[in-house]
Amino acid sequence: MNPIVEREKGLLEVARRIDDLRAANANQPVDMSAEIAALEQKYEELQRELFGSLTPYEKIHMARHPERPTALDYISQVESFDELHGDRHFRDDPAVVGGFATLGGRAVMLIGQQRGRDTKENIKRNFGMVTPEGYRKVKRLAHTASRLGLPIVTFIDTKGADPGISSEEHAQSEAIAMCLYEFVQARVPIVATVIGEGGSGGALALGIADHVIMLEHSVYSVASAEGCAAILWSDASKAEEAATRLKLTAADLQRFGIIDEIVPEPLGGAHREPSTVVTRVLESVRRAVQKLSAMTPEALLEERYRKYRRIGAWGTERRETIGTIP
Amino acid sequence: MPMPEWLRIRRGKNAEQRDAALWSKCPKCGEVLYRRDLATNLFVCTKCAHHFRMSAYDRISMLIDGDFTEIGSDVATGDPLGWVDKKTYPVKIAADREKAGINEGVVCGIGAIDGCDVALGVMDFHFRGGTMGTVVGERITMLLEEARKRGIPCVLFTASGGARMEEGMFALMQMAKTTAAVARFMQDGNFFVTVLTDPTTGGVSASFAFESDVIIAEPKAMIGFAGRRVIEQTIRQKLPDQFQTAEFLLEKGHIDMVVERHELKATLTRLLRYAADGKRARA
Repeated sequence: MNPIVEREKGLLEVARRIDDLRAANANQPVDMSAEIAALEQKYEELQRELFGSLTPYEKIHMARHPERPTALDYISQVESFDELHGDRHFRDDPAVVGGFATLGGRAVMLIGQQRGRDTKENIKRNFGMVTPEGYRKVKRLAHTASRLGLPIVTFIDTKGADPGISSEEHAQSEAIAMCLYEFVQARVPIVATVIGEGGSGGALALGIADHVIMLEHSVYSVASAEGCAAILWSDASKAEEAATRLKLTAADLQRFGIIDEIVPEPLGGAHREPSTVVTRVLESVRRAVQKLSAMTPEALLEERYRKYRRIGAWGTERRETIGTIP
Repeated sequence: MPMPEWLRIRRGKNAEQRDAALWSKCPKCGEVLYRRDLATNLFVCTKCAHHFRMSAYDRISMLIDGDFTEIGSDVATGDPLGWVDKKTYPVKIAADREKAGINEGVVCGIGAIDGCDVALGVMDFHFRGGTMGTVVGERITMLLEEARKRGIPCVLFTASGGARMEEGMFALMQMAKTTAAVARFMQDGNFFVTVLTDPTTGGVSASFAFESDVIIAEPKAMIGFAGRRVIEQTIRQKLPDQFQTAEFLLEKGHIDMVVERHELKATLTRLLRYAADGKRARA
């Protein structure tokens, strides 16, 4: 059960009472506008109380909210999109969507992890958990983009890579590793946005970028909170504790220098005003692409190398001298 | 096999205690083995040929001719998240240093295997399950950069439970950092070999382990992305015993060869010589 969805039920109850009163007020001689105003104030207070400050664990559930905008909600708002399919070996993975697009008047390669918006679509799209075939599609599209000089724009939204038998049989590790390998070498700007949940290597496969954006209530972590609790304490029910310790919120990761930009969400989450959020994100992406496009491929590659080279490089004086790039 | 002086110093007092324990029991067949016989047999069970997990320094001494110049051994573990659960992260690290006789999950350096110069990195499962945190990522990156600078091949032995949870996203980002170093190293025409030992999973298998020219695995080593437990919980059924073993991966075409430990040094030497031949021809 998603605790955010549960809270929204309480809020909806108050909203319904306001609507009822308004309807009644219109047909009655007695003025109830004072009662309505009081209820409206209560609604606002309740909303702030429920969503004003979310714990990391609550943010995970906000990121997984069934109505939260998914990759296709963003993709549908660009000027044009032509989807490309398949890994050219075995199958087309519906958990990842990609193709040519026009964004801000500029041709780009869009790639997004796509979870379902209902149960039926979730089954088709495997809850956004990408299989090796999906990662091979990502790699293929990134390679094409690099060759053609098209910036790569990704949307990250996955609990993690698919952990099934056939994914292991089809070399999930190799598929993810080859995505990383392609992204570190791509000679074009890469802009990645975490729009929901960014879970482990399965998310990072679309996450090596020159500019990384996160929505305010999205999360990005080394493993899902449940996975982390299972790994460390063999107890998935300790997910809430893991969520706090993992420092997986956008604010934490910006402080660490792991992401570059946070796009704010309306009170109550992105799904409350999806079109505002989609517009804001696309605008941030467009701006980042434009800025990065001024750099030469060589400068981009050098800057990208340095950026990842620096993450978690502490220790000694000697490291500084050996660690510099030849 | 006489132990070189650098190794004696590096292994520390705990290793001597381990050596002093006279007997080891094979986890596979239960045979009780005389510890010295086991070491002489490269930590392979004399009865059932089970390959024991090896410590990094034992592995290095098994392969390297003489001197071994370590790289990054002074890069020390940080605590970026201020992690606390039952113990603090620094306390866990201190305990593993004591237990494993090494100061982090990988030992890297430059040496020679049967006359071939090589940059060698060896992960050690005894240190926090061989998990990759910032120090592991940093040392492997430094090793690849040094190998690139010298134009020598790089051999990496993997043994890992994946990314290290206690370092959160800093750990995950080591997949990106090491991959960037691998790409630069390989683009220059350098030879990269990985040897996957038991177990190799998660963030390590999904980065440098599967980015090399040649992927070797030790017999019966468990190799995969998702852990066995995770898959079984997801599909709610038990997996066959062979699933995710080195032999299974060979059959599926994911790795190049399964090589027994007694053949490993000779195999690596031949591979290094092929690459050296190619390099001479290009020069």
